Amino acid sequence: MKFYEALGLEPKLALDPDDLKKRFYDRSRQWHPDRFSRASSGEKQRSEEMTAILNDAFRALRDPVTRAEYFLRESGLELSKDAPPELLEEVFELNMALEELRGGDESARAQLASAQERFTGMLGEADASLAGLFARHDETQDQAVLEQIRAALNRRKYVSNLVRDVEKELNVHSAH
Amino acid sequence: MSTLHIDFGHAKPRIVGIDLGTTNSLVAVMDLTGPRILSGIVPSVVSVTTSGEVIAGSEAREMLITHPERTVYSAKRLMGRGVSDVQEELKLFPFHIAEGSESVIKLQLGDKVMTPPEISAHILRKLKEDAEEVLGAAVTQAVITVPAYFNDAQRQATKDAGRIAGLDVLRLVNEPTAAALAYGLDKRKEGLVAVYDLGGGTFDISILRLHDGIFEVLATNGDTHLGGDDIDNLLLNIALEDIQSEWSEDVSGNAGLVQLLRRAVIQAKEALSFAPSAMIDLEYGPRKYQREIDVQLFNRLIEPIVERTLGPCRNCIKDAGVTVEQLNEVVMVGGSTRIPLVRSAVEKLFRKRPHTELNPDEVVALGAAVQAGILGGEVEDKLLLDVTPLSLGIETMGGLMSKLIHRNSTIPASATELFTTAVDGQTNVLIHVLQGERELVKDCRSLARFDLKEIEPMIAGMARVQVRFLIDANGILNVSAKDLRTGKEHSMDVKPSYGLTDDQVEAMILESYDKAEEDFKERQVREARVEADAILGATDKAREDEAYLGMPEEERAAIDRAIAELRLAYHSDDHLLIRNQIEKLNQATMALAEAIMNAAVGKALKGTNINA
Repeated sequence: MKFYEALGLEPKLALDPDDLKKRFYDRSRQWHPDRFSRASSGEKQRSEEMTAILNDAFRALRDPVTRAEYFLRESGLELSKDAPPELLEEVFELNMALEELRGGDESARAQLASAQERFTGMLGEADASLAGLFARHDETQDQAVLEQIRAALNRRKYVSNLVRDVEKELNVHSAH
Repeated sequence: MSTLHIDFGHAKPRIVGIDLGTTNSLVAVMDLTGPRILSGIVPSVVSVTTSGEVIAGSEAREMLITHPERTVYSAKRLMGRGVSDVQEELKLFPFHIAEGSESVIKLQLGDKVMTPPEISAHILRKLKEDAEEVLGAAVTQAVITVPAYFNDAQRQATKDAGRIAGLDVLRLVNEPTAAALAYGLDKRKEGLVAVYDLGGGTFDISILRLHDGIFEVLATNGDTHLGGDDIDNLLLNIALEDIQSEWSEDVSGNAGLVQLLRRAVIQAKEALSFAPSAMIDLEYGPRKYQREIDVQLFNRLIEPIVERTLGPCRNCIKDAGVTVEQLNEVVMVGGSTRIPLVRSAVEKLFRKRPHTELNPDEVVALGAAVQAGILGGEVEDKLLLDVTPLSLGIETMGGLMSKLIHRNSTIPASATELFTTAVDGQTNVLIHVLQGERELVKDCRSLARFDLKEIEPMIAGMARVQVRFLIDANGILNVSAKDLRTGKEHSMDVKPSYGLTDDQVEAMILESYDKAEEDFKERQVREARVEADAILGATDKAREDEAYLGMPEEERAAIDRAIAELRLAYHSDDHLLIRNQIEKLNQATMALAEAIMNAAVGKALKGTNINA
């Protein structure tokens, strides 16, 4: 996987953030175009290419979620855009409450605030369960674990979008 | 050539650092001891004299009063913009817009028509000449600073200005980041720093992480239309209204008077940073206008402007993923940060006293010189990792912008996208590239349209053209396309939405040579003489060294002959002849330079304990 190679790493899902940072800084010092301003145009271009990939790689890998998304994509697994079925009922109620608030019904605000708290909690749980799954995958290289990671990521992405929407709506209406 | 060879005349070409500011510009260079400002402040003003000569700097600033209609200031606010972007400022600027200014503004100055990059090029040329005078050598390479929040077109326009001025722009560096370099903040090995930069026309906020000499920008935000100019305009409008009621006359159409008043207003503004009240004082022929402004009124007036800087600060902190408490230092840059209200607002928001030790007018140029030192290889322990201030994307179905590279990504940054055809036999694909954070294309800034042409006609969806978008270390977009079926580079036409095409820039470079061919010749002679002065001075000094006395008789004679010949050539009008003799003297003194250097190194080693 290109991004792992750029940082000199084996493709693993669990990474040590300090080690990652150190690799990024060390390679930046060596490869950055600033170090090649008096070099030939070929070398300059190569330095720019390598640094661009290094930067893209660090950006993707330093965050566990974007890292897992990259890993899955490279493993040929696409993320789905469907709502996780176990959340359907809750999402339905949430959308109702959002509609009510948009319509000016302030009583929906308390419901939304508590939903937001619950969903934010879910995000924390999702991160913890992802960390566990990362370790398990790195150890076993099991494709089934990768599928579980995909499901966890889908759920997490969906929940994080919900949190974002609720937050936006609460802010918009408190501004008036 | 020996490594100890001291080159009297032709040292490694120096890269200068240039702060091309809205109000003032400065040039600096990296010395052994640190960055140093070369010559004085150059006002960013350009004027066309009645005889058609273009002048820049202090001289041009005087023309603002006498010939306001052929004089331009704050041209930086017009860089990379179209005429529809700048309607507000045009109300206040005295100059006239020429026809055809949609994608590049063209200003009518006397009988000359000039674009903002050409105007900036005159300022750069002045700085280049000043630097050459002080350094005694030709200057051809530069680092130029730009506001961090400048978009692609504004950056490209700055680079074009450099090319037109005969400068190879090795790097565009963001002003707040440059300032962080100059402040020597890396003495703190680890830390988080905010740089608040309120200049004449632009506002930037950047948050950096320092790590062992690496200056890593985490996030940047700003407003390229906010600065001291806006404060001047507020005061100016008050004064104009006053005058209208006192004199019963609308003088806003009198450009010379307005410029005189603008100067008076700026003096009052600057005084208010140090005194509780100041006088706007105008004398125009027999007529006088005076108005006292106290700090309370001034603060009330400028509060909305100061307030406008705080939103971007809060967003920047959020984007950087840090809290106010985690920030170790706040650095102030730009002349407008002298205003006490600005300082107190920053202190209140960041909950710490901001750094104001370095001259806020000089710190950006000094930082540019440090970056020049990094590029030149003289500074090895520092490295800047900057970010792109705006997201880059392409137009997709329904007028939506699809982001490919997100804002605050470390540059160089890249993204690839696969394009194909939608209908059978389609032979070209149009890609509209945008910059901005909004979802709709109409709310983003159009950068350019790329036309992937000459696609072989085939069934829809069969074509495979991979387009690579790369934002380089200058924050400028480069696009290349590859046909995945053939593996070959795919050709495309580029139509920038704002700014000059490559051909136009080339034409301007040629034109500047053509029209100024005589100037150019004269300048070459002058430059050669400056270099001759430098080497003659150095040689004179070397002849007093004991190493000279130790040289073989014939070598000393050769040096004396070369000196005499150069002195003779010096007064000719032929720069090639002068340079030829400089080179000869250089050759003749090579052994001497080496001897002096060896002696100096010997002395230095004797004086130090290597094991210490």
